[in-house]
Amino acid sequence: MNVITNNKWIGQRTIRPDGADKVTGRAAFAADTNMPGMIWGKILRSPHPHARIKSIDTSKALALPGVKAVVTSRDIVDFPVDKSVMLGIQDMRWMCRNVMARDKALFPGHPVAAVAATTEAIAEKACALIEVTYEVLPWSIEIDDALKPDAPILHDFMKFEGKPSNIGGRIEVKKGDIAQGFKEAEIVVERSFTTRPVHQGYIEPHACLVSVGADNKTTIWSSSQGQFMVRAMTAHLTGIPQSDIRAIPAEIGGGFGGKTIVYLEPLATLLAKKSGRPVKMVMTREEVMRATGPTSGSKSTVKIGATKDGRIVAAQGTFYLQAGALPGSPIRGAVGCSFSPYDIPHVLSVGFDVLSNRSKVAAYRAPGAPIGAYAVECVLDELAEALDMDPLELRLKNAARQGTKAAFGPVFPRIGYVETLQAAKAHPHYSAPLGKLQGKLQGRGVASGFWFNAGGESSAQVNITEDGNVVVTTGHPDIGGSRAAIANICAELLGIDYRRVSVLIGDTATIGFSNLTGGSRVLFASAMVVTQSAEKVITTLRERAAKIWEIDPEAVKWENGAAHPASPNAGQFEPLTLAELAAKAPQMGGPIGAGVQLNTEGAEGGFGTHICDVEVDPELGIVRVIRYTAVQDVGRAIHPGYVEGQMQGGVAQGIGWALNEEYIYTKDGKVDNPGFLDYRMPVCSDLPMIDTVMVEVPNPKHPQGVKGVGEVPLVPVMAAVANAIHNALGQRFYSLPMSPPKVLAVLEGEG
Amino acid sequence: MTKLHVSTTINGEPAEFLCEPDDTMLDALRGPLGLTGSKEGCSSGDCGACSIMLDDRLVCSCLMLSAEAEGREIRTIEGMAHGDHLHPLQQKFLELAALQCGICTSGMLVASDALLQKNPRPSEEEVRFWLAGNLCRCTGYDKIVRAVLETAADMREAAQ
Amino acid sequence: MTDIRYLAPRTLDEAISAFAAAGSAARIMAGGTDLLVQMRSGAVRPGLIVDIKKIAEMTAIEETADGGFRVGAAVSGAVLAEHARFGKVWPGVLEAINLIGSTQVQGRASAGGNLCNGSPAGDSVPALVAAGASVTLQGPNGRRQMPVEKVPAGPGRTNLLPGEILVSFTLPPRPPGSGDAYLRMIPRTEMDIAVVGCGVSLTLKDGVCTAARVGLGAVAPTVLLVEPAAKALIGSKLDDAALNAAASACSAACRPIDDKRGTIAYRTKIAGVLLKRTAAIAAHRAGGN
Repeated sequence: MNVITNNKWIGQRTIRPDGADKVTGRAAFAADTNMPGMIWGKILRSPHPHARIKSIDTSKALALPGVKAVVTSRDIVDFPVDKSVMLGIQDMRWMCRNVMARDKALFPGHPVAAVAATTEAIAEKACALIEVTYEVLPWSIEIDDALKPDAPILHDFMKFEGKPSNIGGRIEVKKGDIAQGFKEAEIVVERSFTTRPVHQGYIEPHACLVSVGADNKTTIWSSSQGQFMVRAMTAHLTGIPQSDIRAIPAEIGGGFGGKTIVYLEPLATLLAKKSGRPVKMVMTREEVMRATGPTSGSKSTVKIGATKDGRIVAAQGTFYLQAGALPGSPIRGAVGCSFSPYDIPHVLSVGFDVLSNRSKVAAYRAPGAPIGAYAVECVLDELAEALDMDPLELRLKNAARQGTKAAFGPVFPRIGYVETLQAAKAHPHYSAPLGKLQGKLQGRGVASGFWFNAGGESSAQVNITEDGNVVVTTGHPDIGGSRAAIANICAELLGIDYRRVSVLIGDTATIGFSNLTGGSRVLFASAMVVTQSAEKVITTLRERAAKIWEIDPEAVKWENGAAHPASPNAGQFEPLTLAELAAKAPQMGGPIGAGVQLNTEGAEGGFGTHICDVEVDPELGIVRVIRYTAVQDVGRAIHPGYVEGQMQGGVAQGIGWALNEEYIYTKDGKVDNPGFLDYRMPVCSDLPMIDTVMVEVPNPKHPQGVKGVGEVPLVPVMAAVANAIHNALGQRFYSLPMSPPKVLAVLEGEG
Repeated sequence: MTKLHVSTTINGEPAEFLCEPDDTMLDALRGPLGLTGSKEGCSSGDCGACSIMLDDRLVCSCLMLSAEAEGREIRTIEGMAHGDHLHPLQQKFLELAALQCGICTSGMLVASDALLQKNPRPSEEEVRFWLAGNLCRCTGYDKIVRAVLETAADMREAAQ
Repeated sequence: MTDIRYLAPRTLDEAISAFAAAGSAARIMAGGTDLLVQMRSGAVRPGLIVDIKKIAEMTAIEETADGGFRVGAAVSGAVLAEHARFGKVWPGVLEAINLIGSTQVQGRASAGGNLCNGSPAGDSVPALVAAGASVTLQGPNGRRQMPVEKVPAGPGRTNLLPGEILVSFTLPPRPPGSGDAYLRMIPRTEMDIAVVGCGVSLTLKDGVCTAARVGLGAVAPTVLLVEPAAKALIGSKLDDAALNAAASACSAACRPIDDKRGTIAYRTKIAGVLLKRTAAIAAHRAGGN
């Protein structure tokens, strides 16, 4: 389905550069790295959801043989609450309190101290010897409880509308006049929805290894979505200058946004500094589930009004998202993305950041957008039913197109949303008859979604080796196959076999500043800087050939991996290959290579439309997804296999979120299911094959037409599943997950 | 506090190591044996990233004491390729893009290999249920299942 | 750093003396799929681990002279599945044992471990109860038998005496026209602990049910032998009225709790649903025999 069909490597299913290592177990993830003299770090965590820390006595821990260092919040740089210090979207005031409790423990699992010792067992024993006196405080977890008038307030400095509050912020996006809009509406649907907190679910727990020299020179190997973020956060929190910190990104075993901040690295750095030994810290699965950043639970109300002929005239959404114990829920995603697939004249979208005593949320794949889309896409489904319109028709009639002003601000350029709707409508899945298995009910649902995507800073170097091959160094950890795509692009530009291109991820010392891997930006941004670097290299190669032929560089073209005279007028010369020019490089001017650092711009949002079939066992309430088709506007599929993979992975996460994943709390406010047994992510037998349709509407602002693809696939899924269940059962579900007891309760009229 | 001394065979080679009585086989592999290809995702037998073969039986190495390796034959991901010659499953995973972050891949390959040795003609459903103990969060399993089915077909054809 | 010891005796006597001597600090290990998880989470800190997998009687599968089976307590689900005849005679018991965990877990987990772990939701137990299986126990005071349903004492507890080890399961000879089945409700398709588990074993003669046993798991502190449900089936042709009566008896027998895996209301409701489905499969298998 490539728009440009004369590509050799772009659009090909090449073998990824890091592939051989990953299929042989050779790839080095953070926990796989060891150093001589290495010791182990462990964390002591608060057992209480909310407590003032009155005292910490570490003397017994320090006295235990084998213990080499202990760290408390006194060792961590304080960021006073009255001065915001931003690092990207993270505020260091919250980061320093998240990484270790200062005066208050804010959730069960909040780190209170850390120990490094010669074995893990000794470190754990030492943690148990640290004596902490807590003044236990009342706590709340759920949004309703956190907003009650008598709710325990987490932070004295937090005020909303002049009063102490657990509301950490409010944002609003507006278009037109919402009251006017609803006046014009002839049919209005208003519904409220709740979702539970869910975890990104990466299989690799957070891990790092840090070595600090006597001169403060620090080396960090860690599993993260951004080595520059690791360096900066660690510098901020430890006081060690950034130039003394080298952050090396290990291979990362999944992130999905959850590894865009640090939990371990600053603590390991302080322990390594104090002990003079390299310190390794690896979270257990339980620590991951309790004390990293599962996304928000939510309460939303969405009201959409349309005319009788199906024109949407007004849309209003109010989204309450849990922040966890410190501010920063992804209300921006819920508020900004949920109505964006549609051209609606009057929109009011408001979001509230609600704090409570659970761990601080971290980003999760299109943060906030899946929550908002669940509500909006379900209301649209009800609206379509009320209007007696096909749900895809309703969306087509109101689809955002080039020139539509999105409620969150920009005017859309050439976008591909309509194409996704048309492709979904035309897909055999949409018209396939539903089966009728004895005793089971089948249904079909659709939903759409949007995610902003992003550009941002990126650096790359393209260097030609002396033997005429290519080494590309980029700056972003690879969580989805970006190295494979970069290899394709570089091979295409230089006109050589992709196997001659080696793609590496640099660390903070070996590559220029590059922003996080997240926001579906890695390929967009790195392809841009790699392209510009490769173009500079090609310019150099042409100049070298021109020198050898003693002609003007303008008269040299680069094609199929060699320099050629641009036209017969330039002269008759045998082509000079990359290998030949590389071999001559020392005599002809020196090393051939180029680096580019940019704040890339021109990223465009992405759209998806999904079709989901479910089968429900009405006696047990069990829902199974039996067929799924995800259509997405992907810009340009540089490596189709990994674009499909992103789509399929997002769909699987959404199915889990829709059906079975949720945080369950005990009556003491602790997480009751901190493991893969009872935190129920989809297993292989739960899912069908996931069909993907990549609609290519190239991004005109990008050299290869790339758009971000990684996050959009999660956005429509929960609504697609809910709408399918409605089609099967004739009942709507306004709360997630749609687990068997809830489905059965609704079926039996109790929900 | 005396460590146990274990003599075993790993990927066809004799091996020995010291361990605590309560160390798991995964601890031994990733620690004294330096075989970090088997991964630790949960330590409770729920994710399969630590899958190994114990005398031709697919098991989670986190659910086995390292002391039990005495006199047994252990096979890990590191034993699947022969030098630079990849096993057909490994090659197929690469060709079909059946991995993204790669953390589950070692376990998936060991488990898939165990399946094909036991059942050279699995159906899609059989593959899915066999691999239910191998969690993947990146791929949605689609390409992994296709890779196993295609490799099975290739291997049956090659055997004719 | 640990004071823990590991033993892998080759005889039952050795195992019992070591186990009895260590008292409550000792744990028996078969597949280790519960024990190692509990050790890792800190729920259990044994001073001594007695690995019984090298004891011949523990890992043997024998057909008894009267046509029954004796299955060693440490036999893994995977090994049991490879036995030529066991699964043909007791498909319900086999499928129950092989629903425990993943393929990897089935390579290790045993019915003995599953029963002695004392989880009210252990998959093997309702099927073994329905089968009328008994266990052979051996301890410092000798050997004795016990019906499976008498083994669990409560969540995490059994009625084994101090020093006793579960040696084997005995399954009775199967009259012609018999069939068994096990079904459980779990939210996903695999990898979950049973929300409700139901085992049914029955015998049909000329379409009439002449014998039945019903075991129900995860709905009470221990697995239940639901005699009223069996009574409703016996003497009937397994028609709707009989099945509904048996289903109601199952729901009535439930004493479940609300926990992270299910609610009282949900478990009670579906206990009946599962009974009907399980009985239907058992009857189908019985008809084929």
